[in-house]
Amino acid sequence: MATATAPPPEAPDRPVSKEEQPYVEVGKKRHTGVKLLAVLAVWLVLYAILKGHDTRSLGLQDTTGFHDWLNRVRDWVQLHGPDNWFFGGVLGFIGDVFNSVFAHLQKLFSIPAFPRPVPQIGWFGVVAIAAWITWAVAGIRSTILVTVSMLLFGIFGLWQDSIDLLLVTILAVAVCFLIGLPTGIAMARTRWVSTVVTPILDIAQTLPPFAYLAPVALGFGIGPTTAIVLTIIYALPPLVRITEYGIRAVPQTTIEAARSLGLTKGQLLRQVQLPMAKRSIVVGINQSMMAALSMATIAALVNGPGLGKDVNAALQIQNVGQASVAGLLIVLMAIMLDRTTTAASERSESQGRSGLVSVSGPGVLLMGVMVEKLPRWATEDAGKGVRHPRLTGAGRWTIRALWLVPVLVAVYLSRSQLDLARFPDRTVWPFLEPIDGTSVTKLINDFSSWFIDKVDTFTLALKNDVTAWLINPFQNLLAQSPWWVMGLVILALAYVLGGWRPAVTSAICLAVIFGVGLWNDSMVTLAMTLIATVLVMVVAVVLGVGMGRSRRTDTIIRPFLDAFQTIPPFVYLVPALALFGVGRFTAIMAALAYAVPIATKLVADGIRGVAPTTVEAARASGSTTRQMITKVQLPMAREALVLATNQGLLYVLSMVVIGGLVGGGSLGYIVVSGFSQDQLFGKGLAAGIAITAMGVMLDRIARHAAARTGR
Amino acid sequence: MARGLIRGRTRLVAIVASVGLGLAGLAGCGSGSIKNSDAGSASGKQCGDLRIAVNPWTGYVANAHVIGYVAKTKLGCNVTYPDVKEEVGWQGMASGSIDTIVENWGHPDLVKKYIDEQKTVEDAGLTGGKGIIGWYVPPWMAQKYPDITDWKNLNKYASLFKTSESGGKGQLLDGDPSYVTNDEALVKNLNLNYKVVVGGSEAGLIQSFKTAEKNKTPLLAYFYEPQWFFSEMKLVHVNLPAHKAGCDAVAAKVNCDYPPYDLNKLIATKFAKSGSPAVDLVKKFQWSNDDQNLVAKYIAADGMSPDDAAKKWIDANPDKVQAWLG
Repeated sequence: MATATAPPPEAPDRPVSKEEQPYVEVGKKRHTGVKLLAVLAVWLVLYAILKGHDTRSLGLQDTTGFHDWLNRVRDWVQLHGPDNWFFGGVLGFIGDVFNSVFAHLQKLFSIPAFPRPVPQIGWFGVVAIAAWITWAVAGIRSTILVTVSMLLFGIFGLWQDSIDLLLVTILAVAVCFLIGLPTGIAMARTRWVSTVVTPILDIAQTLPPFAYLAPVALGFGIGPTTAIVLTIIYALPPLVRITEYGIRAVPQTTIEAARSLGLTKGQLLRQVQLPMAKRSIVVGINQSMMAALSMATIAALVNGPGLGKDVNAALQIQNVGQASVAGLLIVLMAIMLDRTTTAASERSESQGRSGLVSVSGPGVLLMGVMVEKLPRWATEDAGKGVRHPRLTGAGRWTIRALWLVPVLVAVYLSRSQLDLARFPDRTVWPFLEPIDGTSVTKLINDFSSWFIDKVDTFTLALKNDVTAWLINPFQNLLAQSPWWVMGLVILALAYVLGGWRPAVTSAICLAVIFGVGLWNDSMVTLAMTLIATVLVMVVAVVLGVGMGRSRRTDTIIRPFLDAFQTIPPFVYLVPALALFGVGRFTAIMAALAYAVPIATKLVADGIRGVAPTTVEAARASGSTTRQMITKVQLPMAREALVLATNQGLLYVLSMVVIGGLVGGGSLGYIVVSGFSQDQLFGKGLAAGIAITAMGVMLDRIARHAAARTGR
Repeated sequence: MARGLIRGRTRLVAIVASVGLGLAGLAGCGSGSIKNSDAGSASGKQCGDLRIAVNPWTGYVANAHVIGYVAKTKLGCNVTYPDVKEEVGWQGMASGSIDTIVENWGHPDLVKKYIDEQKTVEDAGLTGGKGIIGWYVPPWMAQKYPDITDWKNLNKYASLFKTSESGGKGQLLDGDPSYVTNDEALVKNLNLNYKVVVGGSEAGLIQSFKTAEKNKTPLLAYFYEPQWFFSEMKLVHVNLPAHKAGCDAVAAKVNCDYPPYDLNKLIATKFAKSGSPAVDLVKKFQWSNDDQNLVAKYIAADGMSPDDAAKKWIDANPDKVQAWLG
């Protein structure tokens, strides 16, 4: 099977007793369909009678007691923070440390180190160092990729911000590693740690970053530290989860064998578990980097250094081209870091064993560990057989050390020659003119206005029809039903689909949503989330089946998926607005752009993973292509489909706030307004909490429903 | 894994590296070596750091970079431009990570909290800019329906503005959530058959106006001046009942147009007491809407970098700049 799907190891996770297992009895008819219809019928009747009553809607500027209480907490921190031992002392100290470390790094690599008009090490030296490191840890293919990428940073005229972003990412990931590795190990070895930490990770991954932007800025001030802390909050969970998974995945037999040799716990960890989990840990670092990069534009809202600033500045003046250039460089950086760490992890494995994974985008969400596998042709060792080293380890390191000499020469030159210190633009190197940032910006702007001009009457009409015939009725059904009807309906659905466990979780989550005072807005958001998820799956199945069945289709589509998964959504907000206008449909489209790639890749993996013998057998018995897809490949890839739906749902949810920027309204808009209006701080935070509660609820229902239908 | 074929790979690396070094040599010939910049400032007083908050609209960027450019070149300050939203900027001045905000739109709640109560922020005088907030329609609508600029006729045209977002009523599009807005109360108190739809961002507003003008579709939306977009499209203001003192005292009962704003500057108390020469510069800085629109146009429409745009304006207006420094 091509998907390296690894649900969290069940056994050590929770106590193994009959009561604790999801209630599953093979063979018994559940009549799920009939029950669902019954719930739906009751719901529709109640909606028709009680429409518009008890909807718990709240005006845009209105707040509840809970929101005001949060405001007062904020005011207290603001006023007394600097003198408080925790806010002023601990957080202040952390802030100072990060700020000064980062300022030193910047002077070394990216900004003028006064009194020098340029950084200590110019671009030429930085490229040489990066190339050498990549070559030493990953291999020549990665070296070329890294070198070309870094040259493009300069050619597009964004050298300083690119290096700043790289520094923030590396610094944040280094901290994640220092915190995440011990945490992951502790979680793998001690059950209660895992029980305590897992929900925290869930929250860190579903709470929209916009919601904790203001609080973090409050604690750490405005500057690099806040950006780094935001990035760490978002990038830490994948690393912790994958580390835990990697250590747990060491086969029990191996551990038994090691124990029987008399290894202590410490020896077991250092000599058996960590070496065997090394590869997973590298994958964790890779994931952490991808998550860190996806925070670039958001961190830039509180003055985080890096390419996010350029994207946001371009958005202000509606310059799609400029935003795209900066956005594409972020994608390029993601690809460069992804392929390099992947290649490094492949090399760290003893030779000959087949590669596990490559990942792009934040592929780890609540489901535990889910890692996507690249087709073999796209990996570092494509087309090469098993190779045998001709040098000893010491020999290799000698060669690497020798290559340090030209690197040092490059660094020296970049310190003394102006053109090697500051990346030349077209006035210095005229041959850059057709390919530099200005030209590419113009090209993209011309293309996008041409394209928008051609299709916008059609797309605007499409938006109006879909909104009127699909979004409005569905939203009314959810948001105009009395809150208690909706609550009961959701509980009933949770019970019918997944049993009593998700029903209990749902009850808690609904109580939270009700308690924070944003019931009506939550239902609007829920309606949009569900519609978006259905659309995501429709697109994902169509594309995924095509990719799974044909390698050529895969080759063509995959780069687009990679790009959409990593490009900051801010980049395509302006084109999306031009195509679809302001409204909920546009918000749904933005969610689609972000969630379709991951879902498609998972579906494609699933289709590719159907056993060739089965496919052969079906073909031999004369099934048509259509029958092959609907009767054989899709049913056999059911597990992948379920996984894709769950991931798609969570990705859609993570776009709720972005949706709020393009007319999505409801919770997303409230989160944004909480970040920008003093008196709405509490309400925004409450909306963030509501989104998290909704995410946990939907995830649990989907997971338990999947566990039932999966057998 | 990629361990074998050392010889082949080494050769490749050697080629790449020598090509690279060759290029370096060539480039090195043409370029001069690096000279340290003259240390210290031109004037006698040491300026040190100046951290000008940059709020997310282009007119503001124009103010910030013109002041910043003067501070850097004439006073020798080390100027940085933290990108923050308005509210975060105030917060930053209170906590000491920002020195000044150079275009402030009212914000009576923040004035009360930070200037009157906490005393962490001070008023630093007017920018000379006049802010107008209100409801606007694209130019083609004002031409076709000349009487639409009077609010009393808005209900007559409500059906024109109906969209799939507005639930049977006319749509009034609002923008970025950080904008000062009374629109929900206005619609209610003026008995307008409209629904406020939240666009969520300035990009959403501008793009909506562009589309509306291009396709000749109706649009009524919240907007403000001074704004660079006016250099591209002359939006037409819809007159609400004139603003009278006190008519907007209670947020829920507002029934009049937005007051004209005299935009001002703010300065962190801590910074004001630091004795930096930049304090005077910020306090004395003043210009007009036209000046700001010009610089904003250089940035937004002509694609210049903010610093280049500031330099261009400063070079063309030495007398105005001199007045700020005197």
